[in-house]
Amino acid sequence: MTDEPTPEPFDEAEYRRRQRSRANLMALLLGGLAILFFFITIAKMGILK
Amino acid sequence: MAQSLTHGETALPADWRDLFALTKPRVMSLVVFTALCGLLAAPGQVHPVLAFSSILAIALGAGASGALNQWYEAGLDAKMKRTQGRPLPAGRLDRQTALQFGVGLAAFSLFLMLFASNWQATLLLAGSILFYVFVYTMWLKPRTPQNIVIGGAAGAFPPLIGWVAATGSIAPLPVLLFLLIFLWTPPHFWALALFVRSDYAAAGIPMMPVVAGEKSTRRQILFYAIIMAAAAIAPWPLGYTGALYGWTAIILSTLFVALSVQVGTRRTGDGDLMQPEKRLFAFSIAYLFILFGAVVADHWWPL
Repeated sequence: MTDEPTPEPFDEAEYRRRQRSRANLMALLLGGLAILFFFITIAKMGILK
Repeated sequence: MAQSLTHGETALPADWRDLFALTKPRVMSLVVFTALCGLLAAPGQVHPVLAFSSILAIALGAGASGALNQWYEAGLDAKMKRTQGRPLPAGRLDRQTALQFGVGLAAFSLFLMLFASNWQATLLLAGSILFYVFVYTMWLKPRTPQNIVIGGAAGAFPPLIGWVAATGSIAPLPVLLFLLIFLWTPPHFWALALFVRSDYAAAGIPMMPVVAGEKSTRRQILFYAIIMAAAAIAPWPLGYTGALYGWTAIILSTLFVALSVQVGTRRTGDGDLMQPEKRLFAFSIAYLFILFGAVVADHWWPL
């Protein structure tokens, strides 16, 4: 018989909390990038004119 | 105590705060500031959106370098008091996630720089990331006490990249600013290495105080401080900056050398609190911030 450590109980609440906080942050980042890329395009079009 | 990464069989997703900590935000602040100064001191005007995007790309590139550095050095970080609380050695993040995050961030930073700025700045940014990860982190740092001297080039890139992002070409002033950070790095890091010497020794990193001893390190701090002061003042007599920068550089560099003389000529015994070394380290950070601020102020509001 081996002395394997007992696995910690799975904390679903913590799992969901991290998943949610990462998903929210990802949504914010993607939204921010879409806006940034829009304005970069506008700025470059202005320079080309 | 290190937090467990897994709960039973299911791995917890990495917390975004740990991913953010991988980017070494404090180092990034100096990178962003010097890059912004390089961009603002350049001739001509850059569209604010493009300027912001270029600085963001440099910041992300620096963050990627920091993440890849922590990915590679996770084992070493676990041996040092100063770094054992970082996400990887503390067990809050797995190495694979750190590697993917670092590589992804690096690729995105280059794409953003290319989209918002020019290929010259993108090439320099790619060079600085590769230099920091492969030349400094993987090759020099574990092998030679000169790691900081040559590796300092990686930290010296941002003002040059900022300038090139604005103009598309390299000029003497940003090269001098590159040289300034390059020569500033050894006294800055060796002052730190003197008071965390036991940490570096425990991790087996051949930092100068560990390999060459305290006396030699102190002498070299003084040597580099003097040539750094000359490089800091040089843009004024060479005609690339005005009197506002010139006088700021003279006053601050004199203070820097005075603090380095104090560090360079003293001997320490057991239980020394290393106050002069801590003072020099703290001042060196303020020195760079103020000096780069003066470059911009001198460009926009010359005396």
